[in-house]
Amino acid sequence: MQHETASPTARHHRHGSNAGQPLTRRDGLLKVTGRATYAADNHPDGTLYAVVATSSIARGRVRSLNVEAAKAHPGVVEVLTPANRPPLAHDPDEKMPPFGFRVEVLQDDTVRYVNQPIAMVIAQSLEAATEGAALLDPRYETEPARTGPSNGTRFDPQAIGVGAPARTAHGDIEAGLAVAARVTEAEYVTPSQYHNAMEPHAIVAQWDGDRVTIDMPNQALALSCASYAAYFGIPAENVVIRSPFLGGGFGSKAILNGPQILAILAARMLGHPVKLALTRAQMYGPVGHRGRTWQKLRLGTDAQGRLTALHHHALGATSSFDEFIEPAANASLPLYASPAILAEHEGLRLDIGTPGPMRAPGEASGSAALEVAMDEAAEACGMDPLDFRLANYAETEPVTGKPFSSKALRECYVEGAKRFGWSERPLAPRTMRDENGFLVGWGMGTAVFPCPHFPAEARATLRADDTALVETGGVDMGQGAWTALAQIAAEALGLDPDQVELRSGESTLPDGGIAGGSAHTASAGMALHNAGGNAIAQLAELATADPESPLFGAGNIGVVAQAGRLHRRDDEQRGETYAAILARAGRTEVVGTAKSTRDPAVASTHAMYSHGAVFAEVKIDPDLGQIRTTRLVGAFAAGRIINPRLVRSQYFGGMIWGISFALHEEAITDRRTGRFLNADLAEYHVPVNADVPALDALLIPEDDPHVNAIGVKGVGEIGITGTVGAIANAVWHATGTRVRRFPIRMEDLLAGSSAE
Amino acid sequence: MGYHMSLSIRLTINGQPRDVALDDPRVTLLDLLRERLHLTGTKKGCDRGQCGACTVLVDGRRINSCLALAASMDGAQITTIEGLADGETLHPVQATFIAHDGFQCGYCTPGQIMSAVGLINEGRAGDDPERIRELMSGNICRCGAYQGITEAVLEAQKILSDDEKRDAA
Ligand code: FES
Ligand code: FES
Repeated sequence: MQHETASPTARHHRHGSNAGQPLTRRDGLLKVTGRATYAADNHPDGTLYAVVATSSIARGRVRSLNVEAAKAHPGVVEVLTPANRPPLAHDPDEKMPPFGFRVEVLQDDTVRYVNQPIAMVIAQSLEAATEGAALLDPRYETEPARTGPSNGTRFDPQAIGVGAPARTAHGDIEAGLAVAARVTEAEYVTPSQYHNAMEPHAIVAQWDGDRVTIDMPNQALALSCASYAAYFGIPAENVVIRSPFLGGGFGSKAILNGPQILAILAARMLGHPVKLALTRAQMYGPVGHRGRTWQKLRLGTDAQGRLTALHHHALGATSSFDEFIEPAANASLPLYASPAILAEHEGLRLDIGTPGPMRAPGEASGSAALEVAMDEAAEACGMDPLDFRLANYAETEPVTGKPFSSKALRECYVEGAKRFGWSERPLAPRTMRDENGFLVGWGMGTAVFPCPHFPAEARATLRADDTALVETGGVDMGQGAWTALAQIAAEALGLDPDQVELRSGESTLPDGGIAGGSAHTASAGMALHNAGGNAIAQLAELATADPESPLFGAGNIGVVAQAGRLHRRDDEQRGETYAAILARAGRTEVVGTAKSTRDPAVASTHAMYSHGAVFAEVKIDPDLGQIRTTRLVGAFAAGRIINPRLVRSQYFGGMIWGISFALHEEAITDRRTGRFLNADLAEYHVPVNADVPALDALLIPEDDPHVNAIGVKGVGEIGITGTVGAIANAVWHATGTRVRRFPIRMEDLLAGSSAE
Repeated sequence: MGYHMSLSIRLTINGQPRDVALDDPRVTLLDLLRERLHLTGTKKGCDRGQCGACTVLVDGRRINSCLALAASMDGAQITTIEGLADGETLHPVQATFIAHDGFQCGYCTPGQIMSAVGLINEGRAGDDPERIRELMSGNICRCGAYQGITEAVLEAQKILSDDEKRDAA
């Protein structure tokens, strides 16, 4: 671990360090002993329990609620309905800037989707609140539910995802298609999926005057404080959110939702702490989901199998009252070279809860369609799918022409293919069987994910006893922030991670930015890196200005921070410990503070993405159509890897989400009522251990001098992309049947037909 | 807040005898542990027996505590995640979960670990990863830590059976 600083302004070089080591999780002990505290584990004195009552219709209004029956139940303290809900300072029918959605907080009696909150019961026990909610016995005026393209309303969205343009064009698509030797055209359908983090959305809220302390799983602490402050008409600093552990987020805990606002409101109204946890079924509605898409792709190819046009059109479902359109077509923008690329989106209004970002929003659904379309085009050209992708390898960002900050995708293809044994693959489908007579298929897909950067802040206090306290309001939802951020800070401070205490997971700390977009390690990590550098620079300034220091006058040469000691860059022997510098200066500590943002100059000159290649093997029972993923190899290049153990786990998690997308997950809506048929973990299928084969994730080295000073890209979401297509393509290779609707089901194969 | 009922049950939780006065017949074992005894290590993921987050050992067998009424537990020996370590010494399953990164967010982890301990007690784990995957499939991990979980159970199983052999020798 070394750290070089040219005083007085810090300049950083990396010399290998204990960042990069596969440390086990620093929070591991707490998690395996049950001592990690999740929101619902908090029990302030006097806690009351809230249970939200949710609608069982998709559209209409609540005609009556039996509030008297609920109130008469022993233990019930209060029933919140539109009739008595205290006012809020922000209109819930207005969007909350910058990313907030419209929320349902009992503003009126309309019902806009299934599982919308229609009342909240607060009681002295969970059992009483639950029964009180059941006693409300709502009666409705029901209107027909709009459940799909046949009865929903299509529209042209202003923006898609979180504010991206709905249409991006490069070159002339029709001209590109006109000159093509072949045009491959198909439609792909992806279902609505629900995040289903294992931890249901929970909250414990307690007020003290006009200050509120909130224990909740939250991926965006500072943003949420500002939003809650706006709803409750108090300054943002009066809102404290504690979120040391999240039981999974995947995007669903980044955005405010109605039930949690109501729980905070109930706590203020009743003068008691209030605890609320959604039931599993209630997580299908008010807390976002991955919206359904219907995607059309047209790929033109020339005689050599090079793309002449890539046209991706996505119709995305949203609610009747707000917009989050899955930016699926944008998956076709950064990956393959083509003289003409067009990505465009349309919206479809349905009677559903508003979708939201869910792990790889846009990229997951879009990559699923694109990678199957690429496979179909390769098939049409009679080419191996990997050769076809290499023939269309983008040396610069296709639409903008910008160079990539780094791109080791070719190495991912080579290493992944080698590990998998891809070169043995027969071109024709339905040609491989295993010893039990199962059909065997091999497929591949390319993975890609952008590298955003969220503004973040941090503080680093370097103490005379060779320890440091580093602080940033970061969030660990399982990706390993408690460990990786400490490693980054330790490196910046020239200390061992054991000497560094990290405080995180609370809104009172410097703003650690958003845990999302695969950007947290880079964003909060850069803030810590800069704060550490700032502390070291202060130390160096003290030493180089002090005639009694062996570093006196070394300011121009520069000093290196290593193992609790500063030494001259040109002479390792000449230096002294942090403790000695501080002692002579009569100081007990130096405090470094810093922010991190993306350098706009670099952003304007470079395109930044993580890349990967995923190879899948499936085995399919020829009689039953049962599909099993038997092998999955992913090779990913994502800049510098801070902790390979945790990064591998992130890739595995993403790849398992890919298996899930390809073969398992789908929320099924009853077209007659708009209700879900499977809003539970038994019938909404997510992979269990037996669904997941031995996985392989290769960490392909990649040095990125541009993305940020620590060279870190993102790893949390990329594993889904590529994997879905790889599995779908393997299913085709095994059976010769091209299924274009996800998840792929055994009946799709038994029918022997193409997609609906 | 009574529900016209009072029932006293005696349980042993993590080796400690506890007399519990229940004022409500609807309380599940899971909610008793979490909301009344403040043993919050055991988690609720579904409250329907579909996810395994609430797995505890009752008389040595793994069960979903969300599906058991507390009132039916009179006389039971209950082991939760809080009772697994011996002071500062982790149970081998806890240690191997850390070593193999058998979790990410950690929310399913108490249930996974209790399920693994139950599985090893059942003597059905063996050294076949395929069997372990199958027999651990009542515990959902949405983060997808299955690879680490399987490796952790395999290694813990080996440590425990080596211990047994040593004890027998
Ligand atoms: S909470 Fe008991 S099985 Fe899910
Ligand atoms: S570790 Fe997050 S659900 Fe298993």
